[in-house]
Amino acid sequence: MSPPAKGLSEFVAEANEILDLLGRDLLVLDEQRRSELDPDLVNRIFRGAHSLKGLSGMFGQDAMADLAHAAEEVLDRLRLGKIEPSAPVVDSLVEALDALQALLSEASREGHEGRSAERAKLLANRLSSLASFGPPPSSDELDEIGLPAQIRAVFTEYEEHRLKENVRKGVPLWRVRAAFDLTDFDVGLAKVNDALKPLGEVISTLPSAEPGAGSGIAFDLIFGSKSAAERIHQALIELPAKLAPLSGQPAPAPSPVAEEKAAAEPARKPATTKRHRVSVRPRRPTEAPPPARVELPRLHAEEGPTPTERREPDLSLRSLTQTVRVDIRRLDSLMNAVGELLLIRANVQRLAESALAAGAHAVSKLWGQELSRECRALERKLDELQTGILDARMVPLGQVFDKLARLVRRLAREAGKELDFAVSGGEVELDKLIVEELSDPLMHIIRNAIDHGVELPDERAEHGKPRRGTVSLRAEQRGNHVVIEVSDDGSGLDESRIRQVAVQRGLVVADQAQEMNRRELQNLIFLPGFSTARSVSAISGRGVGLDVVKTNIANLSGIIDVSSEAGRGTTLTLTLPVTLAIIRALMVSVSDRTYAVPLNSVLEIVSVEGSEIRTVERREVFSLRGRTLPFMRLARLFALPERPLSRHFVVVVGLAQERLGLAVDELIGQQDIVIKPLGGKLRHIPGIAGATDLGNRRTVLVLDIGALMEEVISPERRAEFI
Amino acid sequence: MPPIRALVVDDSSAMRRSIVFALQRMGEVVCVEAQDGIEGLKRFVEAQYDIVLTDINMPVMDGLKLISHIRRGSAPNRVPIVVITTESAVEDRTRAMGLGASAYLVKPVQAQQVVEAVRALLRLGGSG
Repeated sequence: MSPPAKGLSEFVAEANEILDLLGRDLLVLDEQRRSELDPDLVNRIFRGAHSLKGLSGMFGQDAMADLAHAAEEVLDRLRLGKIEPSAPVVDSLVEALDALQALLSEASREGHEGRSAERAKLLANRLSSLASFGPPPSSDELDEIGLPAQIRAVFTEYEEHRLKENVRKGVPLWRVRAAFDLTDFDVGLAKVNDALKPLGEVISTLPSAEPGAGSGIAFDLIFGSKSAAERIHQALIELPAKLAPLSGQPAPAPSPVAEEKAAAEPARKPATTKRHRVSVRPRRPTEAPPPARVELPRLHAEEGPTPTERREPDLSLRSLTQTVRVDIRRLDSLMNAVGELLLIRANVQRLAESALAAGAHAVSKLWGQELSRECRALERKLDELQTGILDARMVPLGQVFDKLARLVRRLAREAGKELDFAVSGGEVELDKLIVEELSDPLMHIIRNAIDHGVELPDERAEHGKPRRGTVSLRAEQRGNHVVIEVSDDGSGLDESRIRQVAVQRGLVVADQAQEMNRRELQNLIFLPGFSTARSVSAISGRGVGLDVVKTNIANLSGIIDVSSEAGRGTTLTLTLPVTLAIIRALMVSVSDRTYAVPLNSVLEIVSVEGSEIRTVERREVFSLRGRTLPFMRLARLFALPERPLSRHFVVVVGLAQERLGLAVDELIGQQDIVIKPLGGKLRHIPGIAGATDLGNRRTVLVLDIGALMEEVISPERRAEFI
Repeated sequence: MPPIRALVVDDSSAMRRSIVFALQRMGEVVCVEAQDGIEGLKRFVEAQYDIVLTDINMPVMDGLKLISHIRRGSAPNRVPIVVITTESAVEDRTRAMGLGASAYLVKPVQAQQVVEAVRALLRLGGSG
């Protein structure tokens, strides 16, 4: 079918979403591999591959469709229990996912099919051979249940399989009949599902021909659960659902027996009453509820939890599918609208202030008060709008973390290292833009940790460490910032080696290298051209060092720091603002001009006596708690007349691990600003990130802290200040 | 001619969009979209439709059960149902038709095929 003109981008967006979910689910599958698989999970993965196949075929992406088809076949056999989730199967699926991702990114660039297509073909062949393994185990337990033909007619092969599996494992089967009003049955059904899922498996949702009552609608949920009848009953107590054993029960479709049975049910009430009493009895009188399962201690992470009772993470995975995809351009235009509104607010405010100040006439004063009240209301509304829009831009870090987890799996294998990847804080949300930009730096840091941090298994054993290393990725929100930590339990940074290399490459003078404290020394690894890696591997490659990571993080107004203990491991800490769209700025004045300093880079404000300022190699510096910081007079930098002052307000700004003191005349206050880029020739003025309109028809320049840092700490002078 | 009211049920929004796009070739069409069987059923009981187009493999409740309910539910309905699915096996087709599907199209499907199937079912002229 020929899709609409803008079809491709829509295809890419949806395919991307499916691939993201597949990636996340495949990881869970990999973890569960050695224990019992969660059927819902496998089915979800199957459906993902299935949807992708249909979608790709529709949009003429044949290479993707073929590979997705091959993966779907394997997954179909997996969900039907015809093949085992062996390592080759899961590995091939993970590889197929990577190949699909590559194909998709080729498709999104509308380029011709490149090498990815070739790889996809090979993978598809491999998957096909995996799918043909093993004879299908067949036995028809369903006949034993005596499932009515009407039900079997609407059962898919998969549902039949799940039913059989439950029978095979001796899991009691139930029929939950839920009756609702026509107006809200979807909501009601979701509630019943939510109540049942923690207790077992909802195998099928069948619409029932028998209406709940009057104009209602009823469903039969085929439910397998080892939970005691009493517990299921409890879960359903507030819901319009009745529980009955499935075996030997009449079909949900209209049959005289069903009607009779239903009529005999004492608890039957009109659909308007939402509560039904639940009649419960175990499947067979002799069948006591199973004894409480004894949880065995988990030895390895990959053993995974047992899947009989659903776990919390599953729920959070599910909620992700309900996130709304919003085009970032649409958000950007909304952002602009907010910018305009802020402008109006400020204008109104100015009017109010001038009227209040002029206040000779009572009327005008009254007018001013009124205006000011309006202004407050406007401000409240704006706050709401701003929060709402910022929220819409937020995406969970988990999106990046999941991709990284897949990468870790591959990298560890390639590097011959055994390791666990521990992730937490995936639910922490950041601006979409930041999350996107974070994936590369994080990937690089993690590669470093695997490649240079975690030692080989034998080496670890020699040092009395467990053979399996751990790389962990943690995110946490702290106020307006998100802190992301990547740590490994590897060999740690070799400080003497850092010192040696830094001096060798002229990054620091030998004397200074000796004087540096541990933290300063460790932070030298972020300097351009610094790399202590003795071997160059396929993983990290040569040339791209942590300095690039640092620059990337700095571009996001973030700070990076390292701390390491020899033999114990290394932790890199990234501190990032939650959003870049609207920032809070410190307004300062220099020679009667106002400038905005992004507040997220402001560390503190100190007052410095003129006498405290020293000159070292023609550059002014001052001391702050024993640390020497560059002292930059903004007036001088922008060639403005300098005021003779004995005391300076110094705004200490920090970016990554560097610090700088900016001398200003006055501090005006804080304000939310929307940064607009400078156009044309002005764009490249160093030290200026953009402009913002404060509303009083005055444009204020926003300082580019990163560029100012570069200005002061130019590479050849670095040694002086660090 | 009053606009055709169509219910399009598919878990892929791009797919729904393509089907709607195809239907719009026929002239004035009011399309209501749903992304799974339950939502489809919900939309179905809320309004009258001239035609239902549904996928089979969907989360929550699949297309087979949707068809089954439309045909054999408390208020059996004879609205034409077009299945548009990737399931190409004969038994899938037989099963869907057996439950009461009016037409069965296998993805990837040409817009023209959709239009022709809908026209035939609604007994519209060739020119629409």
